[in-house]
Amino acid sequence: MGRLQEYQVIGRKLPSEIDENPRLYRMRIFAPNDVVAKSRFWYFLKKLRKVKKSAGEIVSLNVIHEKRPLKVKNFGIWVRYDSRSGTHNMYKEYRELSRTDAVHSLYQDLAARHRARFRSIHILKVAEIEKSADVKRPYIKQLLTPDLKFPLPHRAPVGVGKKIFLAKRPNTFS
Amino acid sequence: MSQTKVVSSQWPQVETGRVVLINSGKDEGKLATVVQIIDHKRALVDSPHIERQEISLSHVTLTQQVISKLPRAARSGVVKKYWTEAAVDETTASTTWAKKRVSREKKRQLTDFERFKVMVLKKQRRFEVRKAVAKARKSS
Repeated sequence: MGRLQEYQVIGRKLPSEIDENPRLYRMRIFAPNDVVAKSRFWYFLKKLRKVKKSAGEIVSLNVIHEKRPLKVKNFGIWVRYDSRSGTHNMYKEYRELSRTDAVHSLYQDLAARHRARFRSIHILKVAEIEKSADVKRPYIKQLLTPDLKFPLPHRAPVGVGKKIFLAKRPNTFS
Repeated sequence: MSQTKVVSSQWPQVETGRVVLINSGKDEGKLATVVQIIDHKRALVDSPHIERQEISLSHVTLTQQVISKLPRAARSGVVKKYWTEAAVDETTASTTWAKKRVSREKKRQLTDFERFKVMVLKKQRRFEVRKAVAKARKSS
């Protein structure tokens, strides 16, 4: 299991005399644990509606599990992220076994390519791409070639790295 | 000008149906087959010996064997059928590569006394061989 989990968080404003049945808000949030999930829920809700944690409550919180965690899927992810010079919208694709894995590799990818942290990334939407014709990015398209095959030409033999010193220089080309 | 013949490499390829040996983790030393390629560094593997799982190709050794005609993303039952049909375990066990691995593992398990016994037996064999050689040389 990866670092992240997907949570369904439902919350609302506290009932008052003016509004006895406040509107419920539901979000699907990717977070390492439920504390962070709740915190992210309020963070996003504050930006979208006039509801804040001090005058609100979490109605329910539960984990959403991957339906088929052993099927390879292509995911499209829409994100908004704050760089050092501005805010950008982005669409990226990932090939993973689960939504949480895809989101995790998105965070790793943005951290690597753009030095973006968790706090500066908003995930807008995660969707599975059902048809391979709908895949847009070349880096995923190349993996969808029929009868794909490739060699692993540069390899360290088993056991290299386990010992500090070796009598023979390892052969990586075989 | 001399002609050079360009020959394609003989490297085993990562492909659907490729039999692999798992080198690390819970399933270390077990055989599996690639069911689907996830990306350049990862594949989905399955076999009757392991649970179906995603694995990094760096934790895997590619063998020379391929289960031909294994459908892409085959389910565990189908994989098992093709696995037994192709007699993967038997054919792999009969290769020199697998035999060497087994004997190396056996050697590692020996106790000090057993190693001593191996040494004595080897000495005896050597003695017999040399005796035969000396005899043959004398008669020729």
